[in-house]
Amino acid sequence: MDHTLSQPDSRPGQLQRQATGDHQAALLVIDGNWTLRHYAALRSAVEGLRQQVSAGDRVELAGLGELDTAGAGLLVELLGPARISRLEEWAPQLPAERLALLRTLASAMDQPKASQPPKTNGLADVLAHIGGFLAGLWNQQRTLLGFIGLTLQTLLLVLINPRRWRITSLAAHIEQTGLDAIPIVALLTFLVGAVVAFLGATVLADFGATIYTVNLVAFSFLREFGVLLAAILLAGRTASAFAAQIGAMKANEEIDAIRAIGLSPIEMLVLPRVLAMLITLPILTFIGMLSGIVGGLVVCTLSLDISPTMFFNILQRDISINHFLVGLGKAPVFAFLIAVIGCLEGFKASGSAQSVGERTTSSVVQSIFMVILIDAIAALFFMEMGW
Amino acid sequence: MSTQQAVIQVQGLVNRFGSQAVHANLDLDIRRGEILGVVGGSGTGKSVLLRSIVGLRQPNAGSVMVFGENLLKLPIERRSQIERRFGVLFQRGALFTSLNLQENVALPLIEHAGLKRADAEHLARQKLALAGLPPEAACKYPDELSGGMVKRAALARALALDPEVLFLDEPTAGLDPIGAAAFDQLILTLRDALGLSVFLVTHDLDTLYTICDRVAVLSQKRVLVVDTLPAVAATDDAWIHAYFHGPRGRAAQDAAHMLENR
Repeated sequence: MDHTLSQPDSRPGQLQRQATGDHQAALLVIDGNWTLRHYAALRSAVEGLRQQVSAGDRVELAGLGELDTAGAGLLVELLGPARISRLEEWAPQLPAERLALLRTLASAMDQPKASQPPKTNGLADVLAHIGGFLAGLWNQQRTLLGFIGLTLQTLLLVLINPRRWRITSLAAHIEQTGLDAIPIVALLTFLVGAVVAFLGATVLADFGATIYTVNLVAFSFLREFGVLLAAILLAGRTASAFAAQIGAMKANEEIDAIRAIGLSPIEMLVLPRVLAMLITLPILTFIGMLSGIVGGLVVCTLSLDISPTMFFNILQRDISINHFLVGLGKAPVFAFLIAVIGCLEGFKASGSAQSVGERTTSSVVQSIFMVILIDAIAALFFMEMGW
Repeated sequence: MSTQQAVIQVQGLVNRFGSQAVHANLDLDIRRGEILGVVGGSGTGKSVLLRSIVGLRQPNAGSVMVFGENLLKLPIERRSQIERRFGVLFQRGALFTSLNLQENVALPLIEHAGLKRADAEHLARQKLALAGLPPEAACKYPDELSGGMVKRAALARALALDPEVLFLDEPTAGLDPIGAAAFDQLILTLRDALGLSVFLVTHDLDTLYTICDRVAVLSQKRVLVVDTLPAVAATDDAWIHAYFHGPRGRAAQDAAHMLENR
């Protein structure tokens, strides 16, 4: 241990109240080292004696050893700031620097006590928490709609004015959100494609219809899995990145600086991200569809004795183009929602590191939730329409 | 009190960022119980020097001896024990944003001094008051505070363990003049009562004139001169002359004289 905190010969501070002949006044003996090391014991001694100490008590400071700010604070609590500020009258033998320390602490602590926050009961807390959560959920959706409107409005204003297009920023975001995500999207959809083919083969084998595995893989990837997997991956990968980037900028007052320079944060930060997502998610969806079908093709070739030629023949014969269009048509909607939710959560961050973390989490949860919700609604709609 | 014994010895320090050298063969001693002011133009590596001494930056060459030991070569456990004897006030406060002020100050008290939470928070509120914060600030979070209040709270945290060496990086920047003067007095009082050594990076000429025992001038990648203030101000160097004999320097000098004569 370090030597200020624990000297082996450190003499613990002591406090005693001795009765004297005079029944009004007692003698307070302050002895030993009043330092941080003995704080716990000293504080309980001070708390115990504080009520009994009266202004008439004499104080014996001769035995006082070391004194640091913690100990000095306790002495001020024991004797009261008023008495400490008249210290040189009744303890003239104290060295000047100790006098100064005690008086500094006395004047710092001579303030009204802060009011304690009122205690609440458990049930009311729980109800208030639930209410606050629901109100927050409602507010969140309203803010999201407002933010979407603001983004679309700014988008229109910028689109008609080519001088305000930010091509460099757009290209950088396309690289980060699109190009860099290709390997993970391709690998993941390939694996899921293989799994779907295995599942299909197992179930369909009982009916002697293994050949329909091809239709199963193609159907599921063109209509649902390609776009859904790509969107969920980007929700985890990109929405969080947007929220963290913008949140950190907010904490560093960069957003305020953009506004103060007379620029629009929506135009500078949100539009390039939204446009980049609108461009990349359809491309990633297409890649996801392809590599999912390739995953299925590999399984069909290796374990179901369906040759690639046969696989493609069935594809061409049975699968019409509108399945592909239905799948791809959802991509821009998902892309827009993911980007907007990511950016909005970033803007909601306050100055603390914790709030940036909370907002990042919330952006991922919200955007995945939205993607799946919209996908379910779209599936119902397309089924009713017979597309 | 101001013995010539050095608590920190920096020898032959070299710090480089890429090809750009910030320090080349820098030597500096900090003596026990002194308040050492460190000045220098922007970009002369004042904060880098502070970080090298505290052990946050591995210097490219040279040695930093702290209480006679090389911090960077010690095992982790021993190093942590030495670091407890430091108090560091970072330029932007560096308060933990997920903790409120009293928890910020109580953290080292709980972790290193082994106090119970109630005791630690009680003591933390005292430290906050000592640093000049009102009682109701104790339960606020750093993002609810002004820059000056963050500085004060950061000082309270740096003082939590009554450190032997206090490192202050521009402590009075962002404080109003009244607050800055109170800050100077607090540092002086604590130094006198507890025998702290203080390493003070500052641009505040009033602070230099009021409380510093010695002043080190960082220039041309090394310590150009380190001496008492009148001796430093008399040094024959264009930058030092402009610094101490410009309009601000003269005003601070006059103010310090008036304070002494009063």
